[in-house]
Amino acid sequence: MQTFFQQLINGLSLGSIYALVALGYTMVYGVLRLINFAHGDVYMLGAYFGYYAARILHPYRVVPWIDTLAVMVASMVACGLTALLIERLAYRPVRHASRLTMLIIAIGVSLLLESLGQIVFGADPKFFPQLIPEKTWRWHGVIFTNQEMVVILVAFILMVLLNLFVYRTRTGKAMRAVSFNLDAAKLMGINTDRIISLTFVIGSSLAAAGGVLVSINIPGIDPLMGVMTGLKAFVAAVLGGIGNIFGAVLGGLILGMAEVMVAGYGSSTYRDAIAFLILIAILLFKPAGILGKGQVEKV
Amino acid sequence: MKRLAWILGSVAILGLLQWAATAFLLDGPVRQGPYYYQIIILAGVNIILAVSLNLTNGITGQFSIGHAGFFAVGAYVSASLTYYGGPALRHALAFLPAFAQNGALLVIALLASALATALAGLLVGIPSLRLRGDYLAIVTLGFGEIIRVLILNIDAVGGARGFVGIPKLSNFFWVYLLATMTVATVWNLSRSSYGRAFLAIRENEIAAQAMGVDVTRHKVTAFVISSMFAGMAGCLFGHYTMYLHTNSFTFVKSFEIIIMIAIGGLGSIEGAILGAVVLTVLPELFRGFEGYRIVIYSLALILIMIYRPQGLLGRASLLGRRGGGAVTSAVKGGR
Repeated sequence: MQTFFQQLINGLSLGSIYALVALGYTMVYGVLRLINFAHGDVYMLGAYFGYYAARILHPYRVVPWIDTLAVMVASMVACGLTALLIERLAYRPVRHASRLTMLIIAIGVSLLLESLGQIVFGADPKFFPQLIPEKTWRWHGVIFTNQEMVVILVAFILMVLLNLFVYRTRTGKAMRAVSFNLDAAKLMGINTDRIISLTFVIGSSLAAAGGVLVSINIPGIDPLMGVMTGLKAFVAAVLGGIGNIFGAVLGGLILGMAEVMVAGYGSSTYRDAIAFLILIAILLFKPAGILGKGQVEKV
Repeated sequence: MKRLAWILGSVAILGLLQWAATAFLLDGPVRQGPYYYQIIILAGVNIILAVSLNLTNGITGQFSIGHAGFFAVGAYVSASLTYYGGPALRHALAFLPAFAQNGALLVIALLASALATALAGLLVGIPSLRLRGDYLAIVTLGFGEIIRVLILNIDAVGGARGFVGIPKLSNFFWVYLLATMTVATVWNLSRSSYGRAFLAIRENEIAAQAMGVDVTRHKVTAFVISSMFAGMAGCLFGHYTMYLHTNSFTFVKSFEIIIMIAIGGLGSIEGAILGAVVLTVLPELFRGFEGYRIVIYSLALILIMIYRPQGLLGRASLLGRRGGGAVTSAVKGGR
């Protein structure tokens, strides 16, 4: 039972990272019907931007939580701008082409970011500076670290903020309208280009936050760290129902738990395989995802 | 009769070329001959990969990005067959003359790899191709990665050390024989009733279904055939290099094959052949810029898709007759 609760905590912290990244997938899919393959690499960029921000800010350190906040905000802004650039230069010119064209471009952008990352940042892993000194405490044999708690807490706050934005503001309403029907939204006077850019920016800054948070917990970062996480986050988005914000969070948490449980009780060799087993199962039995509604195809 | 003449003719020409390549490049006067010979072989393997992937991605309009996974399955399955079962098979084939023994062994290995990869293709294809949308992309990507991790953990095929000691069975003749077979299969298939259905699915899945095309069955068929050829390419590759390592089967390899068909124009067979040859030869010319290879590939892919989505050849055809055709409406039309 003790192991189970320990794994539960670990799964929660891993799952909240997946949830943050999955949100970006699901939002972009919602407005453009595009699997943004580059999203996982934006998450990697987030970790690296955080790494450089932390090194620049090192001489001016105040208290751990302000440092962390500053590093995270810097990385989120940098990633938001990068996403803006990617959307303008690569995705917007082909918005009216077929989905296949856009998908191929997304894969191209993903590989470009990975290979540039290997050249600019270096291919060997870097050690993320410790922003929060590690503290652990035990409760009935279950070990909590303050770093894990920060990850879970910050991820949770960001998700609440996103939820407030999407469901309580005018821009959020416009975003939902675009995701419901792009052409109709345009006819209603919504500046859809701006909304689509904004979706990319928000999704990417959430991924950046995920990148920084994961580095607080597991400090080794490398230019290919986004590949697997990106894939799993996508699986999480599909699991919860792609296009659905709550679904992404739910899917992320389930996936994180499943992975940690497999590693804890089975063999850690297969922890990467579980995500794809889940994907295959969901595609076979409930392709719309847990919270997704089956859509009727209009001709 | 005509078909038989075609087959015998191409076998004879390939045999002649094999003899010439051995005489001039391998044992002959050309400096660095074996190096050129190897590039020619790799180009042939890439042609098989590109033309077969084109059947899924170009002609049927689905999107697989895990072709290297099937390439790996074929390579490792056939290599373990000839490595572990080779002596026994040779014993059984002892009634044949020496050179025919190698050929027969390779044919058995090819059949085994074709069977294994077709099965893998079926397993991957059925859940992901039942649905509309881009699920195949994610599932194949995941499949490629899982296969790689799995191979790394199987000690019998060398794991992370690599698979050493595979007998050398394939050569120019076999590689180009299979390349010709691949091209002929895809060419004829795209002109059959199956091919028409593939094209219809690419152009508009709903319309195809309304016309009575069994969409899922045709998508899975195209995907299985394409994986099967990738597996056989893997068999030829492994039995030429005599050494296999999972580094040859990463995501980058799948991506290279996609670029080959994107450069030549999705759906165009000639384009795929051209792309395969160009992408085999160019990196050899620019050996010094190895680190920038992927940067250039990905930039090229993005620019081609934005400015010339019909590929470099476009609608122009090397062979005149326009059949399967490059993607036209699917690229231009809205979604």
